[in-house]
Amino acid sequence: MADIPAPIGLPPHAQGLKHHFDDSAQQLESSTLGMWVFLLTEVMFFGGMFGGYTVYRNLYPEAFASTSHFMNVTIGGFNTGVLICSSFTMVLAVRAAQLGQKKALISFLVSTLALGCVFLALKYVEYHEKWVDHHIPGPGFQYADPRYFHQAQILFFLYFAMTGMHALHMIVGAGLLITLIAMAARNRFSAEWFTPVEMIGLYWHFVDIVWIFLFPLLYLIGHTS
Amino acid sequence: MTHQAVPVKVYAAVFLALIALTISTVAISKLELGEFNFVVAMTIAVIKASLVVWFFMDVRRSSSMTKLFVGAGLFWLAILLVFVLSDYLSRGWLPGPKWW
Repeated sequence: MADIPAPIGLPPHAQGLKHHFDDSAQQLESSTLGMWVFLLTEVMFFGGMFGGYTVYRNLYPEAFASTSHFMNVTIGGFNTGVLICSSFTMVLAVRAAQLGQKKALISFLVSTLALGCVFLALKYVEYHEKWVDHHIPGPGFQYADPRYFHQAQILFFLYFAMTGMHALHMIVGAGLLITLIAMAARNRFSAEWFTPVEMIGLYWHFVDIVWIFLFPLLYLIGHTS
Repeated sequence: MTHQAVPVKVYAAVFLALIALTISTVAISKLELGEFNFVVAMTIAVIKASLVVWFFMDVRRSSSMTKLFVGAGLFWLAILLVFVLSDYLSRGWLPGPKWW
């Protein structure tokens, strides 16, 4: 990255430092705080869906127990592992950026992206299963137990809304990772400035956390009853 | 930058803990514990999320301001869930006519 010419009478900027900040530490602090505020709006967004889910789970416990038999715990559990691995490679990518290791940074970002794609591919397999079984809410919906025909639709709707929003966040995250890989390949980051890697890392971990809650709620609870 | 790089060992330990917790939550869900299935699953999920927030998202080394924001966000989430559920879960606790 070319050095920004300093305005007359001011010392030259550190790399990546915008002139309205005192120093790099203040700039990083602002970015981190801003990113967290954004993530907290996301927490509230998903929180609303988790709240709605809990209410319906309590209103229709028997219907809920019957739907949980149709959740694919093997794929769900495996995907949880995939996401945890991707969080691990992401944190290693941030570390590599911090140490100025360009090659390691790119390879860890690529592995994170690959793991994200594995997750989405398995999600597709799961959705396809639901499609084949007519478990998509709407006119084509069919359910083994006629008593729970309507209630099960609500629960499948919540399943698709929550995992669908999560998958959408994964797709956005994959796009952000591709951007980071391109930026890293063009030497845009250095040990002095790699804020985008850190911020997108925070986003990726947040998406992982959402799944950490979705997995037990949708796949595990009510499994035995 | 302001922070020193964390040794890979620390991240690897957190990663292994997360995998171990995932395996245990699946294993425990196969047991018949009644209402405790829910409690155990949610406790494990909260522990996993805390590990990610504290170590991977590096809140442990973030400024007090960031920590305050994170805490405030979780507090607001608690308001959302507790107030909604205290309504829905307590319906029908009192005898009397049903208006809803």
